[in-house]
Amino acid sequence: MNFWYFLTALTLLSALMVVFAKNPIHSVLYLVFTFFCISGHYVLLNAQFLMAVNIIVYAGAIMVLFLFVIMMLDLRKNVPESKSNLTKLAGAVLGGTLLVVFIAATRHMNLGNGSGAIGAQTGMVESLGMILYKDYLLPFELVSVLFFVAMVGAVMLGKREAGERNF
Amino acid sequence: MNYQPSDYLPIIVQLGAALAFIVLTMVATHWLGPKRHSSKKDDVFECGIESIGDARTPISVKYFLVAILFVLFDVEIVFMYPWAVNFKELAWDGFVEMVVFMSFLLLGFIYVIKKGVLKWEK
Amino acid sequence: MEITSTLFAAKAIYIGLIFAITLGVAAYSTYGERIVAAWMQDRVGPDRAGPFGIFQPLADAVKMFMKEDFIPANSSKWLFIAWPCLSMLTALLTSAVVPFGDKLDLGGGIEMDLQGIDVNIGILWVFGIVSLGVYGILVGGWASNNKYSLLGAIRAASQNISYELAMGLSIIAILMMTGSLSTKVIVETQQNGAGFLSWNIWSQPIGFVIFIVCAFAECNRTPFDLPECETELIGGYHTEYSSMKLGFYLFSEYINMFVSGAVMATLYFGGYDYPFNEVVEAQFGQNIAALVGVGALMGKALFFVFVFMWVRWTLPRFRYDQLMNLGWTGLIPISMFNVVWTGLSILIPTTFNLPAWASIVVSWSGIGVLLIGLIIYHGATSKKKTVALAH
Repeated sequence: MNFWYFLTALTLLSALMVVFAKNPIHSVLYLVFTFFCISGHYVLLNAQFLMAVNIIVYAGAIMVLFLFVIMMLDLRKNVPESKSNLTKLAGAVLGGTLLVVFIAATRHMNLGNGSGAIGAQTGMVESLGMILYKDYLLPFELVSVLFFVAMVGAVMLGKREAGERNF
Repeated sequence: MNYQPSDYLPIIVQLGAALAFIVLTMVATHWLGPKRHSSKKDDVFECGIESIGDARTPISVKYFLVAILFVLFDVEIVFMYPWAVNFKELAWDGFVEMVVFMSFLLLGFIYVIKKGVLKWEK
Repeated sequence: MEITSTLFAAKAIYIGLIFAITLGVAAYSTYGERIVAAWMQDRVGPDRAGPFGIFQPLADAVKMFMKEDFIPANSSKWLFIAWPCLSMLTALLTSAVVPFGDKLDLGGGIEMDLQGIDVNIGILWVFGIVSLGVYGILVGGWASNNKYSLLGAIRAASQNISYELAMGLSIIAILMMTGSLSTKVIVETQQNGAGFLSWNIWSQPIGFVIFIVCAFAECNRTPFDLPECETELIGGYHTEYSSMKLGFYLFSEYINMFVSGAVMATLYFGGYDYPFNEVVEAQFGQNIAALVGVGALMGKALFFVFVFMWVRWTLPRFRYDQLMNLGWTGLIPISMFNVVWTGLSILIPTTFNLPAWASIVVSWSGIGVLLIGLIIYHGATSKKKTVALAH
């Protein structure tokens, strides 16, 4: 339990640093660290496969993509000026609304008393696979359609225009 | 086999050993080496030519496309792990499921190749 | 498995030992690299530091330590320092799931696996940590604020992520046969049966070739060492690095070589399994048999390290477009084919009640099918090319 508190504090701290870091590259690196902390939480929950997937997909793949995107941007030009008060107000209202939604959603959530409904080995890759490929077959196949669309979309967005500056 | 979170305890030892080794080495090399600064020497080395501007300029969009394709394929591979582990139980059903899944991906892959995204010489 | 304090202490000692062995092997791989290079090129090689030059790694280490810890003025200082360390850290953590040996009897009813952590996700640990190795290169090159470093870093990162895919797909074919991600289980399924005849290499020839090619690319070894090729990009992503920061980058490459050799041995060559291990166990007891197994795994891993060096002095370097083409349009489709064909080689014998060797026949016939497919594909594309040239 003590370890849980330590890990949670670390997670929150690094998540806050993502927001407060001035340099976008630093933000990405703090985000990678946040994902590691979340993986630690998965280990504590004995969701071992999720832990590995979290590292491979989020920390290993999506964050690399983020880094590439940041490197593609011209950071010098896009240094944001200090935001106007209107932007700050809009941000506060939006964030507050999201918070209200979260609180409302979690208040009526039935967490149960945690007794025995789920076995300790549910988070292992074998049991996850049986559930995914027997009970949730259609969503799984639909995911491949989603991938297909994403690929086409990426190609459409990333197609090189004539006269663009490249290395 | 009964897997538990405590299986991961020994990794803390390994992490500790690795961190100790790295920190000690970095501190040692920092203390041992000489330190002589000059404005020319502290410049970056670009084949001896005077460095102009900042290195952090935008890069080719091609790398970005490779990265985005990598993310898509990586997620696909992650989906295949639980399938591969249960392959013998799922048998032909699982085989057909995965062939359908993979053929969609292959379709996208062929589209990407036909569009010339992975052609580097152009 | 319950972890008692005695067992934990034993595990800690074991991890310390493996740690020391990994560092020692990596250090002496640099010496081995020079010896192999000298042997291939008919030279003498290092012979000054001690008898046969065996203190050469020590001399190199002292030199590295005594160099100036140079940090360019325009670089991001902390990232510049931290990122070689991360490269080293990821290299040192991969070996945790590799089973170096069978159970060791410690007396008092305590048995310890000669393996850092035996977890459910096993091989995914390696995959996850390897995927983090990209950061060490990418951010390291970016932090230098050198144009050549950045270019080298981005090229290296693209290369690493491209070859990671084919690597993951080739692992999947192994998992279909073993039905578990745990490296321990992967080794144990290769143990039953007749000695080395039950190793995975016999049913996964295509997968192994894909895996070893990807291992070369992931370790940035020749013929895939473009990120640091001197003729195009000075020193690539580590142009600006000096002293032990450079040492970490180079050292992590050698550690990765050793660990990937051990992983290849685990996945395809039976891990710590060796012929007649039952006889040894019956004759000399469990502990001796386990230690011989450790020796067997080390031997296999070191052989792969030798292969890495052998290839370095045999093959020329790829061009970047060739490298990316091989990764994307070559290895990924082939490894997808391998997954499907492995599925057939498992399902056909069980459905038609064929004997076990039928599955091996099916898997090897996959090579033939693949070759025919490649020839047809090549014929089709080369015809197109000649048509295009004629116009």
